[in-house]
Amino acid sequence: MLNIALPKGRLGEKVYAMFEKAGFECPSIKENNRKLIFENEDCGVRYFWAKPSDVAIYVARGAADIGVAGKDILLEYKPDIYELLDLKTGNCRMAVAAPRGFRDDPRRTLKVATKFSNIASTYYASLGREIDIIHLNGSIELAPILGLSDVIVDIVETGTTLKENNLEVFETIVPISARLIANKASFKFKSEPIEALVKSIAEQLQEG
Amino acid sequence: MIEPTLLKNEESAIFALRRLYQSFGYQQFKMSKFEEYDLYLRNKDFLVSDHVITFTDTNGRLMALKPDVTLSIVKNSKDIPGCVQKVYYNENVYRVSESSHSYKEIMQVGLECLGDVDDYAIAEVVSLAAKSLLEISTDSILDVSDLGLLSAALEETGVTGETRKALLRCMGEKNLHGMAALCAEAGVEPAKTLPLKALMSAYGTPAKVLATLKDSLPGDAWQTRLARLERILSVADAQNIRVDFSVVGDMNYYNGIVFKGFISGIPQSVLSGGQYDLLLQKSGRSAGAIGFALYLDLLEDWLTPKVDYDIDAVLLYDTNADLQQLAAAVASLTAKGLSVTAQRAIPEKIKYRQLLQLTGSEVKLLEANA
Repeated sequence: MLNIALPKGRLGEKVYAMFEKAGFECPSIKENNRKLIFENEDCGVRYFWAKPSDVAIYVARGAADIGVAGKDILLEYKPDIYELLDLKTGNCRMAVAAPRGFRDDPRRTLKVATKFSNIASTYYASLGREIDIIHLNGSIELAPILGLSDVIVDIVETGTTLKENNLEVFETIVPISARLIANKASFKFKSEPIEALVKSIAEQLQEG
Repeated sequence: MIEPTLLKNEESAIFALRRLYQSFGYQQFKMSKFEEYDLYLRNKDFLVSDHVITFTDTNGRLMALKPDVTLSIVKNSKDIPGCVQKVYYNENVYRVSESSHSYKEIMQVGLECLGDVDDYAIAEVVSLAAKSLLEISTDSILDVSDLGLLSAALEETGVTGETRKALLRCMGEKNLHGMAALCAEAGVEPAKTLPLKALMSAYGTPAKVLATLKDSLPGDAWQTRLARLERILSVADAQNIRVDFSVVGDMNYYNGIVFKGFISGIPQSVLSGGQYDLLLQKSGRSAGAIGFALYLDLLEDWLTPKVDYDIDAVLLYDTNADLQQLAAAVASLTAKGLSVTAQRAIPEKIKYRQLLQLTGSEVKLLEANA
């Protein structure tokens, strides 16, 4: 049985369609109910919906053999997993955003508000820039407006939220998309179905 | 004589491993729990984590609770041409646990082979690693990689510094798309990335992987390197060996053959090892070294069977019970091979198969659970 952790929401549904096309279908997942686990014994798969930021934990700890997680989560938490494919979906970017017209004053420590403390500190360390990290859990855009921070490091998809709050992208750190990840031990013991799935999805991606 | 059934699975695993290592001429290495901190400071990168528990000894020296065994063994070894020192150990180390981020005492079993290490010694250690896993579970895999091949593939791309490090990270993640993007960014010709791609995509039994690689990596230099790996793996000869170049290790210390062991049902690798000649070279020695460690803490949960009941029988008696009769009742139950606790009231939080009551000399069954 192959245990697959999918991120709840639109991305998960889109990715499930790819898995289904690859021959790992599980029709019960499309039923409109509140169940979290869906199984198709004939195909040897068990899917479950998890909070997107938790998928990598399920996979790293072996509760799921494979899963789909955003590159942002992989960069932030550095789970010990295999990153097998870039699914080229859920595209966005990790960026530094600041109030319109912001100028970085190198004489001062830069105050950075973010949910992604590791990504932000690694990025600024690579520039040799001294920063003060303010870890927030949501509504990051508030921080520079209220003077809590100078800039924010966050995921930017369309930029609408930034625009509406008079902020703009100052620098792009890294592009982000969904990745197919696998538990390292599961890859050894279930290599056949995992490799078949990877091959089929890679072909789907090439066909565009 | 201790009955084998009384030993915890973890303890019987240690006995089986000690027997295995001793049969191949490895001597047990005993050491103190403490070591001078300076040893770890000088070789910080070799340690899994740089957190070490330190204390000041009565003479003012800064000491550490051992976070690692290999460095102590290396320190105590001598280089004699033509000879290899073969030792095994079964020791506790003190490290920060990755899951709890706090210090933990970890039981490690492992072996080291130091000195004039040749291909036979390497094959023997790989074989013992594979056999160690098989002692614990038949459903186990030893992934073997060759950093010599990997270095040659990285050389071919011509990249250095941070990009090289990033490529190595991609290798460890089997991240083919990430590797392609990095090479494109660094302006590496697609043809020069072929060896790296071939190694990254390879996974399976030595026969399967080496046959594929021999086809995809032409040229004398590649064929010689592949033939050496093939020779070592054929001498090591264990059915659970696989070739997987995603086992990378720190290239500042490790070179040549490196490996990791997995057991079905445990999400992380439980065994890790390889050649670390570079560690010895850093201290100005010319000898070679190879070894591995098996992390028993990861096996603890898996080796401990889940039990449905704490005890077979709870035998209730009242304050007026005749002690001789009570002792006789307990003895007759234990003689049947049952575990039994005599109590005046049912203990809290205990799961029993049978609840019995002693009345006079008679034992009555009050409750039976499956």
